[in-house]
Amino acid sequence: MNIAVLLKQVPDTTAKITVSNGKVDENSVSKWSMSPYDEYALESGLQMKEATGGILIAIACGPERNKKMLTDAAAVGVDTLIHISADGNFDSTQVQNFLAAAIKNNGVNVVLCGKQAADTNSGSTGPGVAEILDAACVTMVSEVSFVENKFISVRPSISGTEKVSTNGMSVFTFDKGVSELRRPNVRGIMMAKKKVIETIKPEELGLKEEDSERIILQAQNSPPEKEPGQIFEGVGEIPTIISKLRNEANVI
Amino acid sequence: MKFTIIAESNGDLLHPTTYQLIGAIANLGAESTVICPNGKGSLEASKINGVEKVISVNGDCFDSFDGSAWASAINSVCEGTVIISASPKGREIGSMIAAKRKIPIIQDVTAIASGIVVNRPIYSGKATETLKIEGEAVITLRPNAFENAELGNEAPISIVDQTSDLRVAIIEAINKASERLDVTEADVIISGGRGMGSIDNFSHLESIADSLGAAVGASRAVVDEWGMPHRMQVGQTGKTVSPSLYIAVGISGAIQHLAGMRSSKYIVAINKDPDAPIFTIADYGIVASWEEALPILKSELMKL
Repeated sequence: MNIAVLLKQVPDTTAKITVSNGKVDENSVSKWSMSPYDEYALESGLQMKEATGGILIAIACGPERNKKMLTDAAAVGVDTLIHISADGNFDSTQVQNFLAAAIKNNGVNVVLCGKQAADTNSGSTGPGVAEILDAACVTMVSEVSFVENKFISVRPSISGTEKVSTNGMSVFTFDKGVSELRRPNVRGIMMAKKKVIETIKPEELGLKEEDSERIILQAQNSPPEKEPGQIFEGVGEIPTIISKLRNEANVI
Repeated sequence: MKFTIIAESNGDLLHPTTYQLIGAIANLGAESTVICPNGKGSLEASKINGVEKVISVNGDCFDSFDGSAWASAINSVCEGTVIISASPKGREIGSMIAAKRKIPIIQDVTAIASGIVVNRPIYSGKATETLKIEGEAVITLRPNAFENAELGNEAPISIVDQTSDLRVAIIEAINKASERLDVTEADVIISGGRGMGSIDNFSHLESIADSLGAAVGASRAVVDEWGMPHRMQVGQTGKTVSPSLYIAVGISGAIQHLAGMRSSKYIVAINKDPDAPIFTIADYGIVASWEEALPILKSELMKL
């Protein structure tokens, strides 16, 4: 079985985001990391690979720095590394097309990814890729396994969780998973350094960039500053605060 | 420009966010077509101001959730720019409709102006961006970021039978006893962090939450270290929330927690460390331990 995991590199969640001249300054990001939910997709991919004797393929779309993340993924056991070198502004639909084309070219049977990336927080990629591939899609899963030719996954429901099954090509987007994430060992890190990364340009995937102007970025900004609040030492002012929240703010 | 709004239901009624979707488009001076999957809430939708017509899309596929099947059935009657809630289901269905229609999707929009120009938070609220959309798109709107439309209309309702094959089969429902309100649904949230000392002390937060009809949230530290359920986690790797009132107890305010709750209307922080970063975004800060503050907070709330 060929298992694909889609990985996105994002500013680490502890990194400060600075804006200059109406644009987020990516050069000032202190640390780039694999998007947190993608880590759970990766862990599940590794487990599925071990259980089925399959091949795990990691696909990342973005600038050159993504290669570091792919090498990190190889260090924990990913077999094949694919980098779609798309440096520029592509909208969600274009990125989905790049990813779907790379998935098709590699005879993939199942696709795993995070429920949303920590930079855009959108959650469009998994369902969009599923639609392009005409695959079944289950979002926000915590675990996936392959049993008797079916994919069995667990997703949230109104009353708790539910176990669902899909047949054939399926896309799963991960919420926080149930497994501990593995860390690479020294041997894994050494092996990963020798791993070849297959680099593909978007044009090589037979894709055009003609629609790139459908979404025009006008400005990026820092979040609006809040007016400084009132800080009280000790608990004496709690009755006043409650009364203000009740009578002035009308929130309780 | 034509707008199609996809209603979200809660049982047989409309989910309150549907009123916000309709209100947001009405504020642009436009009327919208509202699609009610399986007819849920269609009569209610027809009474909301700003609705030109309601289409009830009826099909077996709506009996369980398969975003792809829902998107196929709904897409058959979508026209123009498609508006849907940025709830988990809305995001999924919206992404699929965008892919089907080969148009872009903009998720989690918090302001919309004619043009169409939208604002949305990025990096979990550490920044925002303003985008101009050329042509049709799917736009998901953040719950509670828009004013509700009012009742007072009598729009026509039509019924379309349209189903699609389900590819996701439910094989087992696992019910959880949790009766507690979800943080993304709540208007008031009281959250605890490492400063609560231990998981057992969350019972004090729960008892206050019960008296307020509030949800209980948690910081990443206590979810990771004490095994609190991840669904309670507020922050960049948990839920992003914007309630009317957010009470943070024993939470220092790591950057990734602030990202998930900074858009709350009012923030009250209780922490014994006067230098805790949470105080930088609090409307009201109380420098005290939770042991001192919570009993007084509770007794004051009981007086209301």
